[in-house]
Amino acid sequence: MKNVIFAGVGGQGVILVSKILMDVALKNGFDVKESEVHGMAQRGGSVECHVRFGTEVSSPLIPKAGADYILCLELLEAMRKLEYLNKNSVLIINREQINPAPVEIGAMEYPSDIESWLKNNFPNTIIVDTGEILKEVGTKRALNVVMLGCLSRFLDFNIKDWEESISKFVKESALEQNIKAFKMGRELIA
Amino acid sequence: MKKEIMLGNEAIARGAWEAGCHVAAGYPGTPSTEILETIAFKYRDIKAQWSPNEKVALEVAAGASVAGARALATMKHVGLNVAADPLFTFSYTGVNGGLVIINADDPGAWSSQNEQDNRHLARAAKVPMLDASSPSEAKEFTKLAFDISEKFDRPVIVRITTRVAHSQGIVNLEEKQNIPLKDFVRDPKKYVMIPAHARPRHVFIEEQIIKLKEYSTTSGLNFIEWKNKKRGIIANGVAYQYVKEVCSEDSILKIGMVWPLPDDLIKEFASQVEELYVVEELDPFIEDYVKSLGFKVKGKEIIPLCGELTPEIVDKALNGKNIESPLPAYQGVIPPRPPKLCAGCPHGFVFNILKKLDLVVNGDIGCYTLGVLPPYSAMHSQGCMGASIGMHLGFEKARGDEMARNSVAVIGDSTFIHSGITPLIDLVYNKGTGTVIIMDNRATAMTGHQENPATGKTLMGEETFELDLEMMAKACGVKRVTVVDPRDAELLEKVIKEEVAAKEPSVIITKRKCILKK
Ligand code: SF4
Repeated sequence: MKNVIFAGVGGQGVILVSKILMDVALKNGFDVKESEVHGMAQRGGSVECHVRFGTEVSSPLIPKAGADYILCLELLEAMRKLEYLNKNSVLIINREQINPAPVEIGAMEYPSDIESWLKNNFPNTIIVDTGEILKEVGTKRALNVVMLGCLSRFLDFNIKDWEESISKFVKESALEQNIKAFKMGRELIA
Repeated sequence: MKKEIMLGNEAIARGAWEAGCHVAAGYPGTPSTEILETIAFKYRDIKAQWSPNEKVALEVAAGASVAGARALATMKHVGLNVAADPLFTFSYTGVNGGLVIINADDPGAWSSQNEQDNRHLARAAKVPMLDASSPSEAKEFTKLAFDISEKFDRPVIVRITTRVAHSQGIVNLEEKQNIPLKDFVRDPKKYVMIPAHARPRHVFIEEQIIKLKEYSTTSGLNFIEWKNKKRGIIANGVAYQYVKEVCSEDSILKIGMVWPLPDDLIKEFASQVEELYVVEELDPFIEDYVKSLGFKVKGKEIIPLCGELTPEIVDKALNGKNIESPLPAYQGVIPPRPPKLCAGCPHGFVFNILKKLDLVVNGDIGCYTLGVLPPYSAMHSQGCMGASIGMHLGFEKARGDEMARNSVAVIGDSTFIHSGITPLIDLVYNKGTGTVIIMDNRATAMTGHQENPATGKTLMGEETFELDLEMMAKACGVKRVTVVDPRDAELLEKVIKEEVAAKEPSVIITKRKCILKK
């Protein structure tokens, strides 16, 4: 069984990419379950999606220390997911800082040592820069699909399946951009 | 068979459609909202509607049922409190066309004011309750619930929890059953609950519950998965999935029909295993029942009563497994990321002023409840839908004019229509002098910007009569009614000061559309 967590901030499109991943897994004959926590309609809260696929999936929640891959679309959100890591997990983080409300109003500080702390304490951390890609793709909204591209490098599904599923969930008008974003994300992982 | 990945709530919509449901009504409430939205979007042959509140929704569904239709009512757990009155009486009348209520509990209180366990309501109202553990079951159970409802002449509740409503899984798609309307037969002995009719109906209900108990044992909704008999675990809902995952060697009695419980099946299971456990979220509902049958069982002494369960909580409780983290604990402080009002949200303008004037604010339920958090920190009471106005009057009754001159009630348009009108009548009737601010953002925003009677549009997207909140307040007897655009800070401040100072009831309608509403 494979266990994938997507984490981000409301509005970053975490749920959409989890749907794409599920669709690819289903196409490849796996049982699949997902669980999402996305709070209320307002923007800006933490969002988390668990996706699991394998021969038979019972719990829709990944147990603590049970994630194979954690994809974080924002730095700080990664720090909330550490309990899901085990020594074989891979943690992929987008190097971006989005200030939560308490930081915005000056009541708290955004920790400045996240990157160095993770590098020192969890060797399987990959921090990616997506800024250039998004500029080239032409929309910041494709960040979620760039990260999906990163993930795809670790999973044994073929490109055609990915592209097909992306086209199922992304608006026609944004499809080309998203496919490009996906491919460039895939290239980000050595 | 065609398969599709669906959200639990989408699966329920699908199940209702496959069952030939004709009418569906509800009130938005996380985590139940997507059910009716899916129906309105995908299954448009069902007549679906947002009602002003859950009580009305259930009454509409009950009316449709008595008139011969298969009918669905959807709501979150606290919504069923609002609809408890019709629930308890339509339990007496029973149904004509199948009547199914979807009740979404929220263990963990992800988006609710409490963690109430509505299995108790099924028992109290004497209606059967199915409890789904996955999206695919949610669909199957919804479908089956219509049959059970008609077969046993009971409304049937399908209970889901957040972890089922907002989780996705593979669902088998089947054809829609074409169910014609049943005849409507005038039958006051069944449908008019005067005491003389209610007494024999009570006897009938108790007979049905006995039959349902048997059905609960034989229907396959509750079943035993025999494995090692050293340990037997009874589990329902998503807890069953956790047990299945972490106790793969143990025998399991899976509870899909949680009321009435299957006495014979429980006895068969309990008497054959060496050690008996119940794993359930929230209250010891099944556990107490099993104990009442005379069995020794472990449940809440090892499984938490509060909060949501997770696979590792169950693993720890049953297998003593501790999780080893490969990382040391991070020593810094990780700031939380609470939801916040969107930048430019109309409510923000109002809270800026309320904070500045340092008023006591009796709040209500909606996006604006976030006014309690920094940077505003401007809310001092909040309970259930519509409570702001009644509590506001209570504050005045307790502490007199001084309190009324230093406080306001704030309530959204949808919440006002849901449960705010009667307390406003009370405020005027019982000579209160307080100020009520109706924050009219032209949407039921928190649950995803649904339409409501004041937006002039229906769930199905049709134009309709637009309730005039100003006229409504006046009709309740409020003479001082002012409508303000909250963006005009100066004017808003002036109006709030004047109205709070006035020694008679007043309503201020701050009118500006939610920025996310289309
Ligand atoms: S969804 Fe609308 S009402 Fe709610 S916080 Fe955002 S702008 Fe305000």
